[in-house]
Amino acid sequence: MIELISADHCTSCDICVAVCPTSVFDAVPGCTPVIARQDDCQTCFLCEVYCPADALYVGPDAEKPDAAEVAWDAVETLRGSYRRAIGWTRDTRGLRAMDDTHVLLGRLK
Amino acid sequence: METDVLVIGGGPAGTWAAVSAARRGARVILADKGFCGTSGATAPSGTAVWYVPPDVAARGKAKATREELGGFLAHHDWMDAVLETTFALVNELGERGYPFPRDVEGRLRQNSLQGPEYMRLMRKLVKGAGARILDHSPALELLIDADGAVAGARGIDRRTHAGWQIKAKSVVIATGGCAFLSRALGTNNLTGDGYLMAAEAGAELSGMEFSNAYAIAPVFSSVTKTLFYEWASFTDASGAAITGAASKGGRSVIARALQQGAVFAQLDRADGEVRTAMRAAQPNFFLPFDRAGIDPFTQPFEITLRLEGTVRGTGGLRLVDQSAATTVPGLYAAGDAATRELICGGFTGGGSHNAAWAMSSGAWAGEGAAAFARQCRAGLARTAAPARGPALAGGRGHAFDPAALIKAVQAEVFPFDTNYFRSGDGLARSLTRLDSLWRTVRAADGARPEDALKAREAVAMLATARWMYRSGLARTESRGMHRRYDLTALDPAQRHHVTSGGLDEVWTGRVPADGQPLEAAA
Repeated sequence: MIELISADHCTSCDICVAVCPTSVFDAVPGCTPVIARQDDCQTCFLCEVYCPADALYVGPDAEKPDAAEVAWDAVETLRGSYRRAIGWTRDTRGLRAMDDTHVLLGRLK
Repeated sequence: METDVLVIGGGPAGTWAAVSAARRGARVILADKGFCGTSGATAPSGTAVWYVPPDVAARGKAKATREELGGFLAHHDWMDAVLETTFALVNELGERGYPFPRDVEGRLRQNSLQGPEYMRLMRKLVKGAGARILDHSPALELLIDADGAVAGARGIDRRTHAGWQIKAKSVVIATGGCAFLSRALGTNNLTGDGYLMAAEAGAELSGMEFSNAYAIAPVFSSVTKTLFYEWASFTDASGAAITGAASKGGRSVIARALQQGAVFAQLDRADGEVRTAMRAAQPNFFLPFDRAGIDPFTQPFEITLRLEGTVRGTGGLRLVDQSAATTVPGLYAAGDAATRELICGGFTGGGSHNAAWAMSSGAWAGEGAAAFARQCRAGLARTAAPARGPALAGGRGHAFDPAALIKAVQAEVFPFDTNYFRSGDGLARSLTRLDSLWRTVRAADGARPEDALKAREAVAMLATARWMYRSGLARTESRGMHRRYDLTALDPAQRHHVTSGGLDEVWTGRVPADGQPLEAAA
């Protein structure tokens, strides 16, 4: 589930508020958006790939929020990892066409 | 607001419907429950596509592979049409900039799509075609004119709870299937809303007994990617291998084992090439593992089966022709909201046929709805009234709690004993409880605007469960994914579609597999 928005990295562009398919965030004028409805999060990780500042962290657990409060420092190494993996950053664009599903389907034949 | 064509839902089916209608000159509004581009089961996933070049032998083989699995209920003319349309639309995606990969020999591979890329492009195509998108705007009910034709919809903005009403000459339902809020990836908005709205307008459903698809996922995670578990081995809590357990052809063994205790998987049958290909094919499969500190190739992790209902089942609104028209004038349906029996019979997995069906039926529904709008003489001048179904109209003075209703419906549809492994007695007992819940809902007051969305989702889930189990009772055999342990054999005399509908009184009927009506509703 969505766990963190980093006030240090967030530019208050509110893209996450717009793109979340289950309306988890509320915009706050001039400030970092707030996670207003964490229970509605479907753990789809799409807010992370749409965030141009890599300021969001979605935890692995889809059933419940993380028991302990997640510190940004602890997840800093994961920052933007999904966006890079699908080629949605400037220096990873080549990965957009890296879909190897055909290799897997070929191996099953 | 007024428009020619209103499309409800902005996943693959809805976006193709909007593009197709707008290109035929119709004014189009697309209303999505979430954000068109991230909503629905496709956006966060990777999906194979039933993309087969126009080669007679290859297409013949493609059609033959699923015939028996689907219980011989698929229609060859529909399969031919979907293969043809899908081939053209996938090629168009490439022309419009979708980054299809090339294989080691340099050939373009167009038989799979990455959800984030695909749906971002579809949003762009919808806007480029001139359609207007309303995000975060779930429809709650249809408008119906004096002749019973559909004439628009009403809904709310889920952020402000402000109401909206759109008068339209025709409406496309592309709201997806119903996965009962099981937390399977991308399905939280897929609660059967379109079935409910359409049934309130008198539409019929078909194949609702084919609604018990369950997908493998880590017990803590939303990520369902059944394909990857082809390379898994399955063990119990003691570490002993579970005989017969497999993603394909052994999933019921996993369900049985889960009834006994914890089940663990490990993708240890994947060699180096497969591991690398998995990472490249669907990076998000690994996000939960990487973040939880688990190596799925070398460490066993506990798994569960999440209900995907009709999202990866095949039941849905009944179509009467290849314009994707439903049984109600002015109402069209596409994607998971429409029955996929026409090309799959009683079985599908994720992706492949589902993706092909969404784009093809979407394009047809858009075309059909645009043609209907052109010929609609009364047009927008006709008087139309909202359907006023449960949770939207005044009741008999007692409120109902949507969260409690959702839990009560889940308690009927999640358990393997009732839904995966079915019996006449089990379905009948569950229906008694579901019918009782329906009477409670019927007597309840209308929900407050801030509760209306959740209330209607809960009602839609309840209605869907009742059509599912009534249809399951009517199919007194095992066929496709509908497995009855009291009637384990396929009965050749039941090679027909089970139709259903109705709200207070749920009915079922039959249509033979060649599409001609067999008998009136029973």
